[in-house]
Amino acid sequence: MSEQDGVATQENGAMDEKNVFFTPFNVIAGGIVIVGLLLTILRFTKGLGTVTNLSNTQPWGLWIGFDLMCGVALAAGGYTTSAACYLFGMKQYHSAVRPAILTGFLGYATVLVSLLYDVGRPDRLIMAYPFIVQQGTTSLLFEVGLCVMLYLLVLFLEFSPIPLEWLGLRKARTIAVKLTIMLTIFGVVLSTLHQSSLGALFLIAPSKVHPLWYSPYIAVFFFVSSIIAGLSMVIFESSLSHRAFHSNMGKPYLEAHDPLVFGYAKAAALVLFGYFIIKLMGVAAGNHWTLLGTPYGIWFLVEVFGFVALPCLLFTIGFRDKNPGFIKSAAILSIIGIVLNRLNVSIITFNWQKPLSEKYIPSWMEVMLSIFMVTCLVLVFRFIVTRMPVFYDHPDFTNNH
Amino acid sequence: MAITRRKFLGWLGAVGVGTTSGKKNAHASAGKEFAGYPDSLGVLHDETRCVGCRSCEDACHRINNLPEPEKPFKDTSILNDKRRPDEDSYTVVNKYETSKGVRFRKIQCNHCLEPACASVCFVTAFSKQPSGAVTYDPSVCVGCRYCMIACPFEVPAYQYNDAFTPEVVKCTMCAPRLEKGELPGCVEVCPKEALTFGKRNDLIKIARQRISKDPDHYVDHIYGEKEMGGTSWMYVSDVPFEETGMREDLGNTPAPKLTSGALHVVPMVVALWPVFLTGMYGMTKRREKIAAVEKAHAVAKAVQEAETKAADQLLHAMETAKIQQENALIIAQAEKEKAVKAALTKTDTPKSEEDS
Repeated sequence: MSEQDGVATQENGAMDEKNVFFTPFNVIAGGIVIVGLLLTILRFTKGLGTVTNLSNTQPWGLWIGFDLMCGVALAAGGYTTSAACYLFGMKQYHSAVRPAILTGFLGYATVLVSLLYDVGRPDRLIMAYPFIVQQGTTSLLFEVGLCVMLYLLVLFLEFSPIPLEWLGLRKARTIAVKLTIMLTIFGVVLSTLHQSSLGALFLIAPSKVHPLWYSPYIAVFFFVSSIIAGLSMVIFESSLSHRAFHSNMGKPYLEAHDPLVFGYAKAAALVLFGYFIIKLMGVAAGNHWTLLGTPYGIWFLVEVFGFVALPCLLFTIGFRDKNPGFIKSAAILSIIGIVLNRLNVSIITFNWQKPLSEKYIPSWMEVMLSIFMVTCLVLVFRFIVTRMPVFYDHPDFTNNH
Repeated sequence: MAITRRKFLGWLGAVGVGTTSGKKNAHASAGKEFAGYPDSLGVLHDETRCVGCRSCEDACHRINNLPEPEKPFKDTSILNDKRRPDEDSYTVVNKYETSKGVRFRKIQCNHCLEPACASVCFVTAFSKQPSGAVTYDPSVCVGCRYCMIACPFEVPAYQYNDAFTPEVVKCTMCAPRLEKGELPGCVEVCPKEALTFGKRNDLIKIARQRISKDPDHYVDHIYGEKEMGGTSWMYVSDVPFEETGMREDLGNTPAPKLTSGALHVVPMVVALWPVFLTGMYGMTKRREKIAAVEKAHAVAKAVQEAETKAADQLLHAMETAKIQQENALIIAQAEKEKAVKAALTKTDTPKSEEDS
């Protein structure tokens, strides 16, 4: 039964694409890719100065604030889902693991590519030359770099059964699957470290990050909120995928979908609640209550109430009433909240004591290249899910996990 | 000659990653203070003496082969702009309108005793030299610009417009000249002796002397003596330092201490998280196993109960059947006897009927 489903859907997907290539989505995506490639040439021939609005006072811009900070947080679905399924015994989420791992892998790969655009000497990043020989172990960036590199490898291995099934490489696939538990544990360890260290990067700059966002707990904030990002992204993404790739979805995936969304909503509500409390504790620990009355304080309250407390409430109601609409909007709100938080720490409140005229605003080319990265990610994601066994069990490997 | 940063931080002991490498840092991380290299050098900038002539900028450009600016150094109109060291200049002089009139301040790398740039560089491109200079090695720099994020004095600049080999740019305290026993370029040319070069310890004494000689004039504070754990380049002034554009809220914590806590957690996470997660996995597995065993037990029990019940029923049914059989036999016997009797009586009756 499921065998026929799998094969049939696979063929349908491929045929649909051949029949209508010039869909609105493809045309827009194609345009973005072309512009992105042109800007890429510009970046690597004329330098960062031509393409970006970066300055000596604002050396980290959109590509760090969004591509790296948000990219890594939003790719957290991989470790949260695989940990829930394999380590914490929530086997009902098994069908969500593959899409989450795939998103995580592509997310981290995109982060790496973005970094190659951002650093001044990408050749030295690829070669990993000074990085290995001259280990700056006192740098949190060293830890982030090492963890991200290792985690990319872990995600690649976790993802590998998908193409291996597609290619029919039975033996290699068996080995890869046997590694699952070990890889999952590695993945959680590495994610814990680098998700939190992305926040801890800013511990060095208490004079630049606004006190409401600067906290000795910032590493914990980043780690806990990455779980929220992971859960929300899985919910959000599954609803998007439902629209776009319904024909590629097998029966087990479709049947598990609703319980998954409700389960994740419950988890997200809980973690958001904890996050809300520790954010308040952060203010209390620094005794920054008076700052809440300033414009930055109001902005902080918008983030904490509008994009932490509110989605927490919506997730709770959505779970109680089994209302997917509430859950979906809660997921979108918390994703915006995470993006807002990362941008607040790294860009918006960074150098808050400087006059607004000295503020960094990304150039259109930086924005365009960030959009280009996201578009490429979506295109590769689509390429994979319409061909490989992501949303359905491969007929030859059913019940073989 | 040059002491590597790793070694330096070993002495420094402010950062505990040493626990992962297991080298000498391990004992040093127990909270030892680093008071700077003995006899390290520095410069004292007396803001009360600076007249904003820009000679230092000029000298710095010449010595370090930096590109000539559009306006000549003689042009002091540029002092009105709020400038900072950038990719074309290691040092700049800014003019400030203060409560005591116009003051000038020279800005350059302060050469921290425990530099933020060095502590955050993930390829150890920065080193604190025993001479006091914080130097930069462009041959390993990846260009992540974390040093620029970290520097509390906003000194390092980046060659954003160099497409292929951009570097971080910052004052070297003329480290190559120091090696030859020469003065830093800016100090050498200063016509007003606003810059005093010497051993850092001596400079602090000189600064204290100046302050104590003229306490009504000077602010009783040596900027850089303690700021961010101390710097090799220090300032004295007759106006609050804030008025000449300096941050007075930086605190005295050396930069590496700010991140040492977070770094201390790393080895613990690496060691204990797998234990915890394996434990979770084990608990899950165990729960599954117990559930399976309980299920098997329950099934066995149910089967047994069903079997017993069936056996009972069978036995009961058999007994009933036996009784019924016996009863039936009795009944049949009785009926048989009855029938026989009846038959016998029947054969007798005609007689009697006939009789009647």
